[in-house]
Amino acid sequence: MNHDPAERLRSLLGRDAVEQKATGIPYVTPDSAEGIAVACRVAAEEGWTVRVEGNGTWLPPDAHADFAVSTRALNRTVDISPADLMATVQAGTSLESLRRQAAALGMWLPLDPPGRPDRTIGSIVATGTAGALRAGLGPIRDHVLGCAVVAGDGRRLTSGGRVMKNVAGYDLTKLHVGAFGGFGIITDLHLRLRALPSADVTLTAQADRDALTFSARALGGAGLDCSALELLSPAVAARADWTLAARLLGTESAVAATVAKVRRVGDLAWQELPPDESAAFWGSVNRAWLGGAVTLRMGALADSIDETIDLLAGLLDEQLVSAGAATGGVRWSGSAEPDQLLTLRHRAAEREIPVTLERAPWRVRQRVGHFGAYREGVGNLVGRLRTTFDPRACLRVALEEVRGG
Amino acid sequence: MNASLVATLAKVVGPQWVRQQPSERATFRADGLPTHEAMPGLVVLPGSREEVIEVVRLLHLAQVPFVARGAGTGLSGGSLAGPDSVLITLTRLTRILAIHPEQRRAIVEPGVVNARLSAAAAAFGLHYAPDPSSQTACTIGGNVAENAGGPHCLKYGVTTNHVVALELVLPDSAAMRLGSRQGEPWGPDLVGLVVGSEGMFGIVTEVTVRLEPLPAAVRTFLADFTTIRAASTAVSAIIASGVLPAALEMMDQTCIRAVEASIYAAGYPTDAAAVLLVELDGTQESVEGEAADVERLLHANRARTVRGASTEDQRARLWQGRKKAFGALGRLAPDLVVQDAVVPRSALPEVLDAIAGIGRRHNLTIANVFHAGDGNLHPNISFDRRDAAMAQKVEAASREIMAVCVAAGGTITGEHGVGVDKRQYMPLVFDAASMTAMCDVRRVFDPDQRANPGKIFPSYACREWRAGGVR
Repeated sequence: MNHDPAERLRSLLGRDAVEQKATGIPYVTPDSAEGIAVACRVAAEEGWTVRVEGNGTWLPPDAHADFAVSTRALNRTVDISPADLMATVQAGTSLESLRRQAAALGMWLPLDPPGRPDRTIGSIVATGTAGALRAGLGPIRDHVLGCAVVAGDGRRLTSGGRVMKNVAGYDLTKLHVGAFGGFGIITDLHLRLRALPSADVTLTAQADRDALTFSARALGGAGLDCSALELLSPAVAARADWTLAARLLGTESAVAATVAKVRRVGDLAWQELPPDESAAFWGSVNRAWLGGAVTLRMGALADSIDETIDLLAGLLDEQLVSAGAATGGVRWSGSAEPDQLLTLRHRAAEREIPVTLERAPWRVRQRVGHFGAYREGVGNLVGRLRTTFDPRACLRVALEEVRGG
Repeated sequence: MNASLVATLAKVVGPQWVRQQPSERATFRADGLPTHEAMPGLVVLPGSREEVIEVVRLLHLAQVPFVARGAGTGLSGGSLAGPDSVLITLTRLTRILAIHPEQRRAIVEPGVVNARLSAAAAAFGLHYAPDPSSQTACTIGGNVAENAGGPHCLKYGVTTNHVVALELVLPDSAAMRLGSRQGEPWGPDLVGLVVGSEGMFGIVTEVTVRLEPLPAAVRTFLADFTTIRAASTAVSAIIASGVLPAALEMMDQTCIRAVEASIYAAGYPTDAAAVLLVELDGTQESVEGEAADVERLLHANRARTVRGASTEDQRARLWQGRKKAFGALGRLAPDLVVQDAVVPRSALPEVLDAIAGIGRRHNLTIANVFHAGDGNLHPNISFDRRDAAMAQKVEAASREIMAVCVAAGGTITGEHGVGVDKRQYMPLVFDAASMTAMCDVRRVFDPDQRANPGKIFPSYACREWRAGGVR
């Protein structure tokens, strides 16, 4: 038996399947879910640890491990159906690639996650990173009908299915969405698609933050049908002042009517972006988050986004910040030390606001964890769930903060 | 049931809230599904969250299994309790604890009746969107256990899309709060995991739900077709056009005729092969625009007639036949099995043909009334349970229907749950490793497997697969 990870993996997966970068750890890019399962099985047998990557553009690929597995060669669209408005894709498929394929068939996956457009769908789902469209079209979990994962010990498991409604068995799909791979490596996803809307209009208004949150509340109260209504800091919007951006999707007549109503509510000077500028604007917003080494999200309700941003400003800064003005949720990017982040998390927890670390160098993740400040009993449950899926603790995922560390 | 345990439980909930006599317990021996029965060993009706916790604690000490139950309107035998189990009925926990209109959230106890929550929220221009057919009786707690749906879930999503936080009492009586009021999970999405777990992780004692604004405008259409295939094609055309109706329901001829022969007659054409009910809601402008599109698409897909309704009275009339369909079908025979399965929308014509064939082969009356927009079928089989041979045919037909739906890329239940009724079909959709992983997850919450034992998984599944590895 060979106990060198690179040699052992080569013997199982083929010489070409394993790269040994000069400074790094052995790096495996299987082109099948079974290949990933083989890698995990050998890790579990040998007690090796595994780092999981997609395209490596969101979470830094820097977790310390015995070898790395990337899903980027799992990039096939298995099925895409306009009649059923669904797609089955391998997890390494990039959002951009699926966008192109779906658009050619008159459909889209209504996700606008932070980061680059070549992020893998697996990464977006595993990190649960939704963008401004979550306000009108729902969080990531609402778009995922089912999935296949490889557990930490190499078991291949499925949950959910490819149909719109499904209550057969426990909804383990929900557990994998946003779990940062802590319960397994997502290899396949069944996704709910939508028909492309005939109209897609973005309105922006600039003012100081207080004026915008005040107007946003009025817009929320007016029952307007906004697919996104996001408050953006000057650095995120690349504008001189804070910006409120509304994105309206639907039929031409309905969107035109909503545009007219938005203009009537409050006294903001709304500017309608030309279609090409609209896509560029949201793309730039999404890339803005990469401007800081650390990105986090906070589950704040819409009526507490002001105080939540104040909390951020007090403990960190308010350079790269956005907030869902209608449905809540605050995102922040910047530089921060673990102690600052832990302080923020525990101060937010006092206000019943969870803080999820979306992206950070391993040094920070390892200490702060993606999650923490759990209510009583929850940490124990999560720990036991992890053991269930990854009994040998092979998956190098810093799911939880290290208390008192 | 052990007499001293009964006495202790009676002290907790009050003797008047314990049902011990066989005649009293018999009331609880079935839910809305007539094909399964079980006699609970004891029934207790706690009156508060604290009493629930204390009851669960005592049952933990005594290592006695328990089953939580709401209004008993379930359609999968999910809340049946056997003689060794205590049935914990939650219909006394009926408080709406808070409605926060600004945040569009409500916090309720599990025994709150679904429709009552919407009625209370209406004062604020809001409603609770999931609307199971049993909404005037079923409870939010039961909806959470089964991840219940309803006609309007096409646009608004099912129960899991509306529950943001909950309190779960584990089988060892530890109470924990999961989720956050905003909806962002607090850690891994345990709320999403608990919703639809059919009461096998513990008892949910408090639920925080999203409320949706009442739409400013609603428009309903009834279209009739001379073939099921034309109606199915119209469904796909509407969805593919980008219009997302609030509801998109289909009824077949057997169902139409049953309705029209009953006191619920709604004026549906009895010679039609199928009718579609399409409901649009939203702003005045969006509804008007979509209504024109939908009307055009219905005609383009060979609808014979299209009737529109926009006033509350007209809409209620169009809906009456659909809402009372199960009641009308109840007249055809003493018993009715309301089946539940999901297929990809594009497979509807073939699957409906196959179901008709199964009915003919077994000489059974099968009527279809279902959520066509999301491919969620409800084949309803009329029968008489006193006729053992007929009951067996119902069982055989149900199994064949499930196999057809799964073969078409679908699943065995879309909103009713697996319960006891569909345990045997689970291997049609999940392999042994995946079911074993589900059983392992359950043991994280319930190591002794005392919460709603014997549901979802075939009885041999967890034990054998665990001991002997993957079959």
